[in-house]
Amino acid sequence: MANDWPLWEIFIRGQHGLSHRHVGSLHAPDAEMAVLNARDVYTRRNEGMSIWVVKSEDVTASVPSRKGPMFDPSNDKTYRHPTFFDIPDEVGSM
Amino acid sequence: MFEFLLRMGDNTLVLGHRVSEWCGHSPVLEEDIALANIALDLIGQTRMWLGLAGEVEGQGRDADALAFRRDAWEFRNLLLVERPNRDFGHTLMRQFLFDLWHHERLSDLCLSEDDRVAGIAAKCVKEADYHLERSKDLIIRLGDGSAESHRKMQDALEALWPYVGEMFSDDALDIEMAEAGIAPLPSSQRPRFDKAVNETLALATISRPENDFAQLGGRSGTHTEDLGHMLATMQFLQRAYPDARW
Repeated sequence: MANDWPLWEIFIRGQHGLSHRHVGSLHAPDAEMAVLNARDVYTRRNEGMSIWVVKSEDVTASVPSRKGPMFDPSNDKTYRHPTFFDIPDEVGSM
Repeated sequence: MFEFLLRMGDNTLVLGHRVSEWCGHSPVLEEDIALANIALDLIGQTRMWLGLAGEVEGQGRDADALAFRRDAWEFRNLLLVERPNRDFGHTLMRQFLFDLWHHERLSDLCLSEDDRVAGIAAKCVKEADYHLERSKDLIIRLGDGSAESHRKMQDALEALWPYVGEMFSDDALDIEMAEAGIAPLPSSQRPRFDKAVNETLALATISRPENDFAQLGGRSGTHTEDLGHMLATMQFLQRAYPDARW
């Protein structure tokens, strides 16, 4: 049953030129079944043209309790955001 | 031609309804959604076949009228597709046997001399291709799985095998359709089916029953009791409240 099956993270590319995006997770006995299940669970309304599956246990995540040291330092350094430059009109949108 | 289209459309209608009976009851969420998808694919195919059947008949009946206002003896589906779901193994084995036949049938119909038939077949064959990939994969996994899953799949095959022969039996209508270039004889598909079924069963470590006795009748309107029960549920609303609108 599903409880014995590993969890898989599902990534789907919606159209050419876009990157694969994480859409959710599901259970499957192996990678091939995970792709088929992902097709049925996540692309029912024409959402996808390519599917990646990754075993959830193979994902290494940052630790939530380390959020402060990890991310706060970048929060108050406005000079890291290049918003103070005047962009010439000829450049267009960047 | 009308009868031929009923045969195609009734197969997908009856199997589509049977598969939809699993909705909310499947062993796991992923299978539940997969089965619901397959059921919806089959009902979508039914709309095309029965829609064309209604046009060809020219009596003003549309796909809904044909689906909901006919009684069991007017249905032309294979007996295989009306077999009850029983357990998951039975459902998957029935699906696999049907998908294998259906995929071949639709591939042949893509070459039909009737453009309307070829057009519908071309749309359906992609869906059938996916259904077959899935059911074949599951048959192999479960057949070659645990001792219990193996036993259940072997039981399912024994129970359903008598309904395989009907898919390849030719009658007067089939000969007429073949002569008109609309659809090749069902019997012409048998060698391809046998080859494919043997390959899959070998991988699934399931043995093929030796007795090829075939239960016939569905395609000419003689059905098992199970179809009547299914139609009672499926047609209830239109029977109790004719022309009810959503």
